[in-house]
Amino acid sequence: MALSIRDLDFRYGATPILQGLATGELPRGELAALVGPNGSGKSTLFRCAAGLLRAHAGSVSLDGADLAGLSLRERARKVFYLSQDTEARVALSVFDIILLARKSLHRGFALAASPEDTRAVEGVIEELGLAPFASRDIGTLSGGQRQLAAIGQALVREPDVLLLDEPTSALDVRRQLDVMATIREATRRRGIVTVVAIHDLSLAARFADRVLVMNAGRIAQAGAPENVLAHPAVSETYAVGVHLERSARGTLLVEPYIHGQ
Amino acid sequence: MTAALPMLASTNATADYRRRNAKRLKLVLLGLVALVFALALDVSIGPGNLPLTDVLRTLVDPQSAAPRLAVIVWDLRLPIALMALAVGAMLGLSGAGMQTILANPLADPFTLGVSAAATVGASVAIVFGWSVVPGAGPFIVTANAFVFALSASLVLFFMTKLRGVSAETMILVGIALLFTCNAITALLQYRSNEVQLTQIVFWTLGSLARATWGKVGVAAVLIAVALPFFLMRGWALTALRLGDERAESMGVRVDRLRLEILIATSLLAAVSVSFVGGIGFIGLVGPHIARLLVGEDQRFFLPVATIASAVLLSLASSLSKVITPGVIYPIGIITALIGVPFFISLVMSIRSRAV
Repeated sequence: MALSIRDLDFRYGATPILQGLATGELPRGELAALVGPNGSGKSTLFRCAAGLLRAHAGSVSLDGADLAGLSLRERARKVFYLSQDTEARVALSVFDIILLARKSLHRGFALAASPEDTRAVEGVIEELGLAPFASRDIGTLSGGQRQLAAIGQALVREPDVLLLDEPTSALDVRRQLDVMATIREATRRRGIVTVVAIHDLSLAARFADRVLVMNAGRIAQAGAPENVLAHPAVSETYAVGVHLERSARGTLLVEPYIHGQ
Repeated sequence: MTAALPMLASTNATADYRRRNAKRLKLVLLGLVALVFALALDVSIGPGNLPLTDVLRTLVDPQSAAPRLAVIVWDLRLPIALMALAVGAMLGLSGAGMQTILANPLADPFTLGVSAAATVGASVAIVFGWSVVPGAGPFIVTANAFVFALSASLVLFFMTKLRGVSAETMILVGIALLFTCNAITALLQYRSNEVQLTQIVFWTLGSLARATWGKVGVAAVLIAVALPFFLMRGWALTALRLGDERAESMGVRVDRLRLEILIATSLLAAVSVSFVGGIGFIGLVGPHIARLLVGEDQRFFLPVATIASAVLLSLASSLSKVITPGVIYPIGIITALIGVPFFISLVMSIRSRAV
């Protein structure tokens, strides 16, 4: 019971972005952190996995079944990709857009939302602490609040696979910890596969069950955080040295440094 | 206690949502009431100085009214007044649809040059009798207007697929299209005989004077089909407002949706242009009012934009009759005079928001 991405190739024109990318088995109930430099192809990988882009070769399968044959709507029910873009300044409330994410699961036309749907929206609003601004237009919110609302959209759909692109980039320290804990908890409770693209290696080490290091369109290294982050592949990928240490509280701390400085 | 508080707060969010929906629904109903009042006002005003009570009595009971009165009210005023509502509704829905799919509050059939393209199509039919749709028969002018409007919309559609095309750039392209189409229309005018020239001038000015019951019927049927067509895509269109990628993640086939709405908006614009000529800015102002009143949940935004635009054009129709007693100005002139300052203020507000 896992997500498996094999031999994925993708090119923009003649520029190769993904080259024979393979993630190995990403089991349900585990949170994977996808790390890698800017432009290494993380977002492209997510778009291919979610079916927004058609890969030129390779396969994406969930629990052994290839996802390629599904319609966009069916695939979107199984795999939800939350892009980094939270810039929409629209006259819609937080409640509106989370409900929208939920309603878009159903086919066809129904003006009103079912009690089931509103209950699911309420649950997510509570889970993420969105209640104080649930009725405000997203155009009037801060970047971090908009990002939280977007994460609400992802959680409310209850997909089998959750692909989150930099979900904590605009959040304050407390919110980062809260959101990562919420995502990890949801992943375990629902038995889903979650992949979070993230730049903060400490956050990755702290919350992920597995770290995938991406470099130049390939997964350079994958495995448990303490093994992967200590691996030379990480130093090579980022052209930095990496110092790992356990804090007194038992948390794995990652300190990247530039050689010679 | 601490566990109960967030529960309470989130239940409030749902209650808030329901309250807001009830309010939005009330606004839709209020709009329908305003529609009736605007219609009554429009019918009661006009050359002939008929007392209001006589007009209303003739409306309710045409049999007992004097024949002259019945002709004025039922054959002259009512078709024009209903046409104002219908055209307003078509332009409003068309403008609202364009604004949503192009993510551009400045988009409407007029500012994007779609109306002007329709006018070129109509002029070609008038001057050369040449139809782009074989066998269009009596609908040759409408068919041409539609094909030209659709072509203009498709040009705009492919523009949006290019990188780095901002909302303002789209409007500039629209204005370029507008000038080009106006030049072609002028060329056709130059080549036309007197009868044709009068017809073309009628198109370019935009006037309700040629309203007939038949046209009102066609427009009503079109609105009755188009509004549900849009509303059925209400959730998907709302999703589109959050950006293409987010909508696609929710399973919305963005390109197909955009094309469907584009064809529908072109048809609405083309039919209104072929019936009454180019009437500007209604499709801009109506949706703007709707956005302020009910936000961008398209389930409410689209109907309110439609109703608001219908009311606006109806009021403009009344206004066109009272400026100089006894004279009915072409309504396109009225809407342009009111619309241009509004358009400029809208551009300014968008610019200041972007900074």
